[in-house]
Amino acid sequence: MVHKYDVVIVGAGGAGLRAALEASRTADVAVLSKLYPVRSHTGAAQGGISASLGNLEEDRWDWHMYDTVKGSDYLGDQDAIEILTRDAVDAIIEMEHFGLPFSRTEDGKIAQRPFGGHTSNFGEKAVRRACYSADRTGHMILHTLFEQCMKQNVRFYNEFHVADLIMDGDVCKGVVAIEIKTGEVHVFQAKAVLFATGGYGRAFKITSNAHAYTGDGMAIVFRRGIPLEDMEFVQFHPTGLWRLGVLVTEGARGEGGILRNNDGERFMERYAPSIKDLAPRDMVSRAIYDEVRAGRGINGQDYVHLDLTHLDPDQLEEKLPDVLFFARTYLGVNPLVEPIPVQPTCHYAMGGIPTNVDGQVVGDADNTPVPGLYAAGETACVSVHGANRLGTNSLLDLIVFGRRAGKHIAEFVRDVDYTDLPEDPDHTVRDRIRRIKESEGTESMEEIRTELRNNMMDNVSVYRSEESLTKMKDILADLQSRYQHIAVMDKGALFNTDVLDALELGYLLEFSTAMVESALARQESRGAHYREDFQDRDDVNFLKHTLAFLKEDGSIELDYKPVSITRFQPKERKY
Amino acid sequence: MEVTFKIKRFNPETDTEPYWQEYQVDVEPKERVLDALLHIKRTMDGTLTLRFSCAHGVCGSDGMVINGINRLACQILMQDLPTGPVKIEPLKGFQVIKDLIVDFDPFFDHLETVKPYLINDELPPSRERQQSVKERDRFDETTKCILCGICTTACPSFWANGEYLGPAAFVNAHRFIFDSRDKGAQERLEILNDKDGVWRCHTIFNCTDACPREINVTQAIAELKNAITFQQF
Repeated sequence: MVHKYDVVIVGAGGAGLRAALEASRTADVAVLSKLYPVRSHTGAAQGGISASLGNLEEDRWDWHMYDTVKGSDYLGDQDAIEILTRDAVDAIIEMEHFGLPFSRTEDGKIAQRPFGGHTSNFGEKAVRRACYSADRTGHMILHTLFEQCMKQNVRFYNEFHVADLIMDGDVCKGVVAIEIKTGEVHVFQAKAVLFATGGYGRAFKITSNAHAYTGDGMAIVFRRGIPLEDMEFVQFHPTGLWRLGVLVTEGARGEGGILRNNDGERFMERYAPSIKDLAPRDMVSRAIYDEVRAGRGINGQDYVHLDLTHLDPDQLEEKLPDVLFFARTYLGVNPLVEPIPVQPTCHYAMGGIPTNVDGQVVGDADNTPVPGLYAAGETACVSVHGANRLGTNSLLDLIVFGRRAGKHIAEFVRDVDYTDLPEDPDHTVRDRIRRIKESEGTESMEEIRTELRNNMMDNVSVYRSEESLTKMKDILADLQSRYQHIAVMDKGALFNTDVLDALELGYLLEFSTAMVESALARQESRGAHYREDFQDRDDVNFLKHTLAFLKEDGSIELDYKPVSITRFQPKERKY
Repeated sequence: MEVTFKIKRFNPETDTEPYWQEYQVDVEPKERVLDALLHIKRTMDGTLTLRFSCAHGVCGSDGMVINGINRLACQILMQDLPTGPVKIEPLKGFQVIKDLIVDFDPFFDHLETVKPYLINDELPPSRERQQSVKERDRFDETTKCILCGICTTACPSFWANGEYLGPAAFVNAHRFIFDSRDKGAQERLEILNDKDGVWRCHTIFNCTDACPREINVTQAIAELKNAITFQQF
């Protein structure tokens, strides 16, 4: 079946919904999601969304900008970060007007709390900037945007798994999607397509990310010749529940929580003397790895303690109810009286599909827009997060750049006409599904997936080296070739999640390759990318964005583009 | 530990009737039921079909009936189940599409009926609308809903009549009716006062017992009934 819409949005999390809300005011929009919109992973975000509202103490957007630039280890594009932090106030007030139930201050304003790396007066001391709704901020954002889309009668195609991008030369013309319920393959012809498909944490053994986070959008456009930017920058959140990876918000440390090693020592005092436990995530995650390596993990194991026991129990129940619930449910730990075992957990993709500040995908080092192709949210790389994202800035990214992309896309489709689709636009997807179903191979998807996730964790996580990355490159080549011989048990048409699993595993392998190649070439340490063999930041050679291209023969070619530096010159990053 | 799973299967492509299938699984006590089901799907039987995503009880994808009780499979640990076989069935009251997958479209249609979005046509101030801590607390409970459908499919009144809007829709109506910023209470209460509205609730408490977010659903419905009767909200 062929559908025709001005705009097709792929993904119904925060960025997709915010863009849909904007674009559907004037354009004919369809939103495709492989889930129901409210199942999207935006809903798992906990601690807050930042804006310099100054509701509890003085704050300024340029302080927020400085923190974001410094947090990014100077790799974030400052023109984009200026937009992010300037627009933040307005974007969050707008969310309140949409009905978002923020927690409130005593005088009825939006409540704000401290968060990692957010400071006043250019790094002087921690500032209360993160607007929150208890520890359910993402849930409230997701639901509020979904409600507004419902109110505006946005057209949703729920449980449609987008599997390909239709390109005609350099022009984007739509997508191909599998209707999961029936197995039918649909073509969505569009004047413009926006990818808002989130991140890729499922490539790693320990992750806070949903099972759905398999990097679909990134892999799909990558296969169609679009580069991926800064894929080597993978954020590990310091506090995932031990072994499970379930997120424990940085807001827990914002409310006064302390990280302790096996000696009970508040070790962050040694690593970040000024803001201690509220240092940015890359630094705290490395500190935890260092403590564990030095034998100071709890009982010599690979975790530390997050201690909330000194805090007021009533305040904790009010401000961090979900975190308490997760610790009690999954670890049997009551954080009111005992510390929470935590370890770094793969959390966020700083890199992704390169875009400009209007959400247009840019296809080369000269930032040339790809006509009709857009991306926003975690799947995109604007880049506002550079080498390390500050907590709360991801939710902000969704609504600021979701809105901008939605606005731009609506203007774009007003001025262009539909053009003919290439012949047989869905044959690639049909062939792929048929091959998967007909395969009599003997390779197990689960084994490939497990080997991928374990090895990515060992070789491409908080610490990397030429040795570990080269090893991973070889492992990936092996896994890729074994992937050609997988077989599925479910050969039916209806709700065939076995086939979808196979497609998703293909995405995981695809972007992981780009990640490893990009990391191997970056011979420096910056933000979340830490090379044991190149421990310093090298601005002379590497103050630049990586672009990874997939070549016809399956190899990866790297290119680079400059960083936008406007207000803040790079300097040493200390906290 | 070795556990037997008895799972209710149905694939309309090949089956005329649902049937029970057994699997023997080696599980860790601290594993989630979801982990065990994924172990079955990914190493034993790829045809087993279920929804899941966040795996920690916030996305609402993996609602199912576990040993007769509506649960999120990612929120229940194996060690919390009684010894003996674990019985898994799809949620009741929605049409089964395949195995543990039920059709959620009617659920979202019912939700939409109660206008679950902020209604307020007044021009907002340039900054946030003011709301006191007390006003915000008034509807905090019902903001927690993740639309997993567990309450509605635990409700005998819903099983008896699929047109009944059901507890999840009421929870989301409550979330706005008691929000001091909202002006749509009257029009929503008229919808809730209809024959498929709150009066079909017989305070059986199944919804409250089952809610994975521990929302006091029955209380919320009682407050809606009061709001209709006494025009107080």
